[in-house]
Amino acid sequence: MEQRTAKEITKLQELAYELKVGQAMTKEVITVSPYSTMAEFMEVLRVNRISGTPVLEEGRMIGIVSIEDLIKALAAGELNATVGEKMTPNPVTLYADEPLVHAVSKFSELRFGRFPVINRAGELVGIITQGDIARAMLRRLEVDYHEEEIHRYRASHIFEDIIADEIALVFGYRVAARDFERAGEASSGLKRTLSRLGIHPRVIRRVAVATYEAEMNIVIYTDGGEIVAEVRPGRIRIEALDKGPGIPDIEQAMQPGFSTAPEWVREMGFGAGMGLPNIQASADEMKLESTVGVGTHLDIIIYFDERKGT
Amino acid sequence: MKLREIATALDLQVQAAAGKLDVEVTGGYASDLLSCVLAKAQKGNIWVTLQAHPNIVAVASLLDLAGIVITEGRKPEPDTVEKANEKGVPILTTPHATFTLVGELAKLGVVGVD
Repeated sequence: MEQRTAKEITKLQELAYELKVGQAMTKEVITVSPYSTMAEFMEVLRVNRISGTPVLEEGRMIGIVSIEDLIKALAAGELNATVGEKMTPNPVTLYADEPLVHAVSKFSELRFGRFPVINRAGELVGIITQGDIARAMLRRLEVDYHEEEIHRYRASHIFEDIIADEIALVFGYRVAARDFERAGEASSGLKRTLSRLGIHPRVIRRVAVATYEAEMNIVIYTDGGEIVAEVRPGRIRIEALDKGPGIPDIEQAMQPGFSTAPEWVREMGFGAGMGLPNIQASADEMKLESTVGVGTHLDIIIYFDERKGT
Repeated sequence: MKLREIATALDLQVQAAAGKLDVEVTGGYASDLLSCVLAKAQKGNIWVTLQAHPNIVAVASLLDLAGIVITEGRKPEPDTVEKANEKGVPILTTPHATFTLVGELAKLGVVGVD
């Protein structure tokens, strides 16, 4: 139970970084003029059931006035004073495109009840209270939760829902040569897909390691290729195919520490000669075939019942 | 121990995914060879390395590592930061060498996995 709470707090913090102030703020802002009296301001608060407003002069925000200023004015018998005299000038503001977490920290740091929200042109576009923040986070949590439920249902029931003598799901990923920018996308895409299918995390780890190594081999050493994963009940088969140049001596390539990687690739931490041995260690079955000038075909199988175990 | 507590205790600079620091660190691993990391680092580990290119994010994300510490004052490349924010992989930096930082981590009770 404790762990669950900790996890949810983390999720909320994550949301506070994802959401923008503009997504949480109230957009219809009630404002007052600096020339209104405090008595008129009291009426504005009462009618709109709010506790403070920005003060606008010719469309420009010059201050903020709150129920606390009103109480002070009441106590001093100065209800006929103008808002301009009693307001706080140059209020602290937030930008609409700032992450919501900035608002959270400003509230806890300054202990104000509200902050006006402006755009980068300095125009007032909204107002935000701690209640707005809580509501925005709850709305988002609800949406996320709903989406996750749908994904989980759709994916993890697929093998039960489909009626056939044989079922196979095939996922294909193209891998471009020398594209270090996108390198790793195929394996992370496959990893995500498998977790949605409800496959055990330990199995996914083995698939992820083997697929990443195969993907990097295609990126570093070949003219490009593809990775095809075929999921059947009980096992996954991963094939990595490339368009050459091929491996002249497979036995040598399988030796831990053997590598033909150029210096600049080694400097990035690749080319340690551990890729193929890592794939072998992750796979239950492995086949590697290569023809120089044609290409290489890696074929591995990982069983879900963890006959190998790590 | 949470990654946030480690970052504070060792004065690490957060370079990416600042929203993901409240993850529990299960241990540590240090290497600049990505294949070694793939073979050895475990879920929730903190990874100490000199590498700063975007592929470290892919490796950390595939293994569900808690975060990456880049040592010797190196800064992650802009692409690395972008990817790390996208995948939610915290990246921290320190001016210290790997050996020094691992020593400090050990003092905090973060242990190796082998």
